[in-house]
Amino acid sequence: MTDSKYFTTNKKGEIFELKAELNNEKKEKRKEAVKKVIAAMTVGKDVSSLFPDVVNCMQTDNLELKKLVYLYLMNYAKNQPDMAIMAVNSFVKDCEDPNPLIRALAVRTMGCIRVDKITEYLCEPLRKCLKDEDPYVRKTAAVCVAKLHDINAQMVEDQGFLDSLRDLIADSNPMVVANAVAALSEISESHPNSNLLDLNPQNINKLLTALNECTEWGQIFILDCLSNYNPKDEREAQSICERVTPRLSHANSAVVLSAVKVLMKFLELLPKDSDYYNTLLKKLSPPLVTLLSGEPEVQYVALRNINLIVQKRPEILKQEIKVFFVKYNDPIYVKLEKLDIMIRLASQANIAQVLAELKEYATEVDVDFVRKAVRAIGRCAIKVEQSAERCVSTLLDLIQTKVNYVVQEAIVVIRDIFRKYPNKYESIIATLCENLDSLDEPDARAAMIWIVGEYAERIDNADELLESFLEGFHDESTQVQLTLLTAIVKLFLKKPSETQELVQQVLSLATQDSDNPDLRDRGYIYWRLLSTDPVTAKEVVLSEKPLISEETDLIEPTLLDELICHIGSLASVYHKPPNAFVEGSHGIHRKHLPVIDTGESPVSSGPAANIEQTHVIPSQGDLLGDLLNLDLGPRSTCPRCPPCRWGLWTLTVLIACNSVLLLQVWLPAVKAKGLEISGTFTRRQGQMYMDMTFTNKALQHMTDFAVQFNKNSFGVIPTSPLPVHTPLMPNQNIELSLPLNTIGPVMKMDPLNNLQVAVKNNIDVFYFSVLIPLNIFFVEDGKMERQVFLATWKDIPNENELQYQIKECHLNADTVSGKLQNSNIYTIAKRNVEGQDMLYQSLKLTNGIWILAELRIQPGNPNYTAKSTFLRMSFALSNILL
Amino acid sequence: MIGGLFIYNHKGEVLISRVYRDDIGYVAQRSFMVTSCIKPATLFNVNLFVCRRNAVDAFRVNVIHARQQVRSPVTNIARTSFFHVKRSNIWLAAVTKQNVNAAMVFEFLYKMCDVMTAYFGKISEENIKNNFVLIYELLDEILDFGYPQNSETGALKTFITQQGIKGQTKEEQSQITSQVTGQIGWRREGIKYRRNELFLDVLESVNLLMSPQGQVLSAHVSGRVVMKSYLSGMPECKFGMNDKIVIDKQGKGGDLYAFCCSGKQSIAIDDCTFHQCVRLSKFDSERSISFIPPDGEYELMRYRTTKDIILPFRVIPLVREVGRTKLEVKVVIKSNFKPSLLAQKIEVRIPTPLNTSGVQVICMKGKAKYKASENAIVWKIKRMAGMKESQISAEIELLPTNDKKKWARPPISMNFEVPFAPSGLKVRYLKVFESKLNYSDHDVIKWVRYIGRSGIYETRC
Repeated sequence: MTDSKYFTTNKKGEIFELKAELNNEKKEKRKEAVKKVIAAMTVGKDVSSLFPDVVNCMQTDNLELKKLVYLYLMNYAKNQPDMAIMAVNSFVKDCEDPNPLIRALAVRTMGCIRVDKITEYLCEPLRKCLKDEDPYVRKTAAVCVAKLHDINAQMVEDQGFLDSLRDLIADSNPMVVANAVAALSEISESHPNSNLLDLNPQNINKLLTALNECTEWGQIFILDCLSNYNPKDEREAQSICERVTPRLSHANSAVVLSAVKVLMKFLELLPKDSDYYNTLLKKLSPPLVTLLSGEPEVQYVALRNINLIVQKRPEILKQEIKVFFVKYNDPIYVKLEKLDIMIRLASQANIAQVLAELKEYATEVDVDFVRKAVRAIGRCAIKVEQSAERCVSTLLDLIQTKVNYVVQEAIVVIRDIFRKYPNKYESIIATLCENLDSLDEPDARAAMIWIVGEYAERIDNADELLESFLEGFHDESTQVQLTLLTAIVKLFLKKPSETQELVQQVLSLATQDSDNPDLRDRGYIYWRLLSTDPVTAKEVVLSEKPLISEETDLIEPTLLDELICHIGSLASVYHKPPNAFVEGSHGIHRKHLPVIDTGESPVSSGPAANIEQTHVIPSQGDLLGDLLNLDLGPRSTCPRCPPCRWGLWTLTVLIACNSVLLLQVWLPAVKAKGLEISGTFTRRQGQMYMDMTFTNKALQHMTDFAVQFNKNSFGVIPTSPLPVHTPLMPNQNIELSLPLNTIGPVMKMDPLNNLQVAVKNNIDVFYFSVLIPLNIFFVEDGKMERQVFLATWKDIPNENELQYQIKECHLNADTVSGKLQNSNIYTIAKRNVEGQDMLYQSLKLTNGIWILAELRIQPGNPNYTAKSTFLRMSFALSNILL
Repeated sequence: MIGGLFIYNHKGEVLISRVYRDDIGYVAQRSFMVTSCIKPATLFNVNLFVCRRNAVDAFRVNVIHARQQVRSPVTNIARTSFFHVKRSNIWLAAVTKQNVNAAMVFEFLYKMCDVMTAYFGKISEENIKNNFVLIYELLDEILDFGYPQNSETGALKTFITQQGIKGQTKEEQSQITSQVTGQIGWRREGIKYRRNELFLDVLESVNLLMSPQGQVLSAHVSGRVVMKSYLSGMPECKFGMNDKIVIDKQGKGGDLYAFCCSGKQSIAIDDCTFHQCVRLSKFDSERSISFIPPDGEYELMRYRTTKDIILPFRVIPLVREVGRTKLEVKVVIKSNFKPSLLAQKIEVRIPTPLNTSGVQVICMKGKAKYKASENAIVWKIKRMAGMKESQISAEIELLPTNDKKKWARPPISMNFEVPFAPSGLKVRYLKVFESKLNYSDHDVIKWVRYIGRSGIYETRC
């Protein structure tokens, strides 16, 4: 029996005929008719009008027929919600069927019918099925929760299905666990902040156990879920890695890639010098190579991912360049990707082999591939200096082939080689000029014109050559027009006598006859420069150009880190973050690589921790509290905590102990398109400074920096603009010190020492907030007269008094006094009461507020008791403070 | 996850369409409703239909009917991603709007092909049309809401049949479900054979890229161990081979065999992957391969080696251009293995330029022919013993052309089959333990054979 006959139809009256057949008395006939309906549905005919008739066939004990009817229902129920209700009873009944296959089928299909009314009836059967004795039913029910969540998220929460799903993670059956994990992962994607999955060490352990037992697909779900977990320390990371590594030998490439993802993420947490770290790196390479012997589509996915891995950790595959050599029969998409990776892995050690290969590829058939190969030769020259000469001669050979697109591509890369190695290979210019006529692409024409302009003094007939381009000036693309304009101006500056006419011609073409504002503006600038000051013009136009960098088209480091977290997924194939191609709430949540949490290097730490860091804000922002927040813990607790949390004493003691305050990352690069700002506040010679380090982690240079503060509690404003005058090049950093004063507008902030900062550059404006350590507001003239102190001390009402204990501080009265004085906290008087040293101290804030303190030091008992109080002197802040 | 799965014929007509999620085509649907300003309710019937077709049609227009060669197996059309694989002239496409695991989608499509082949043979338009009800049933089972589920044919065949499953007892039903969801999803209980037998094939394909000067640019062997098992019960198997790591370890421990072949005869395996029945954690810790095999034929492991490969043939090309209209080609092949062994199905393919007008060939052995349609001289030799040499020479006459582009000179490729494993892999043992049934390892009849084939075996000229 074959089914193909259902695809052949007899056109007219078809629906009526089907209707009749569906109502036939004989079971077999009805089954045949439903098959025809499904066939019609498949080829795109609208058979929705048969809904009632098909639903009538649902009451059957024939499982095959039942499945067909369900299939129809899934497709059309949405169109006929009222009719679909008719099917509910049958579903509910099937959910009670003794046969587990039928129970599962019913709950599976019901979830696919996206009709609100049906959804209501689904809850009870689903609840039962989640607790069914049969694992097959439970695993189906788990997925059904995800379906229901997609239709009505609120209902899923209200009905407590999420909890049931979480319970299934501890199920005895591995497949149920895997499906529950898959469902929870998907649901949690739309609630990025909820801790739905609740990944704790216990659950992780359950997942790792299930990992060994479930199907290949289940392993993928579990591994993808594991990759979202942040182990608390390196030991945990290592133990997870150990249990994930065996997956690298799985036959399913998706399992392998997901395992690679977990390992790549957790590698960040392992100490780089440990043996395990190095063994793990070694273990990663063979499975990646093996992926390349799979089917071409999987090879493609693997290569796109390897491209990322090679950028992140080149050491993994540096020995394996040979496997990326292109095979004659590879599909074109595999060839192009391999070529990309070859260039990334090219080094002095293997350059000879790589070049020989590239030369081979440059004679292939596919135009895109050949072009890319030629470009690759140029990139080799730029990347490996020793090979430059060989590359140039290879390119010349290729130009001799006279194949049009090869010549053009070669000329474009030769321009880049000239820029990288100026005054080295200009002897080949003559050969290039021979091919002038064959250039018809804008890129190649522009490159050639640039070369002629740049080396005009060495080309005898440069003026003729450029003039020949000028004839069709208006038909050229903007790129060519702009290059031509510049080239002729360069020529004029080099050989002014013969080319006056030419330059005037091009200037008038650019300024008078062109509609393009860029071109006109550039024309006018040159014109004025030339007419006012030819010497300056020469300096500007013929200035030395910065060298081009070695690595081109690298992925921006912050994006790269994000993509590493998405290994195996579409994002890693497109090399785009998920939100660039996914709509709605899915994928909005951005992923970050984990960061070692040992607190060794707060400045260079990665993105994830930085974000957390900037969010740590002390509980209550009352000046008294802040000032006397004296919870002096052991120094090693957390050097990353914002200073404010340490309070006055702590800080000053800390400053006294280590005179250099650690720089903190204020603005992580991920949040500011590659700009990272770290900094600290200091007070030097009565002047407040904001010491900052700007680091450019993007791939483009940054200019036009400016800074502004929001109104704040102390009226802090910068006294001068940002002292950044030169552009900040990629991977460069700059240290600067911004002088501050407190004459700006005042507004109470919460917490009081909060400062909101905006930094602008040529890319965008970025905002961040920092907490100013209060000690920088302590002015130098904070020493109060003894008499005044005594009088004031008595006057201060008791409610203005706060007491704090400072623990574990082993200093005697004199050292404390000395150290505090360095921070402008002055000791007014000292007395000894019952064996305890009492220090009376005063300090003054920039806004004129005085703070008075009493410090009790018990010798032998490392406890300080600070009693402090302060006086209202400044009306500006008075109401805030009380 | 996967939003929908479509199967097209070569014309781009839909043979199978299964939509798992509404999101594919959803936006198109919405914007259509907004722009047309008609009451949504009345439009709904048409619309739901229209938009699903949108996804279907977009793929046809952009991929199947595209003039160009396929530039990527993943295409993004209007924020919808299409993954496709092609089997003969049938396209399988998975569609999604989410950031899915791309490797998984492709693996699933391959698996889908395997399952279909296991059920009804070759994937062709006719077979798909003949079995469309079955395919829908399978798709319903192995993909739930876009999540791949158990797709082992062994398990599927127990309950997805075209006969219906009426006559099952309760025990049988629960046996099915526990197998589908269980830890050993690939084997059912209660299998019985009168004769316990197993066949082990070591199939290797040796790949080579050699420069005209005879320098090996890259060479590797990708091998597969394919097993056909006809064993009763739930046997526990253990497979051993001359893996260098194992031998070196055991050599120290005093294992006699290991001692004898340590050093010379063990091979270094770069990497290997296993069927899901193999306990990977055990391999990782002890490097022992233990498993409960599926019933029938399956691929136990794949491996890759790059060191000490025996290259069965060496090709020595000599191409000389005589003026603009003539090429002289001489190719020598040398066999490089034990003289007592015979290589079979030897074929050497020498590419010729596109403007070839005539070819004259002389060969010492076998038959050679110029095939104009394939732009190549094909030289076939039925059998060749080891340590022999043979030669072909050809004169190629060319039509004069004014095409500036040089001839790309594709490499000379070779096909052959040899009765040994070019990697040097040897099966040491395959032990079978079944404690519950009364047969022992000695009662099992075991067959082992080695076949080495050419993969991409090319020499540049």
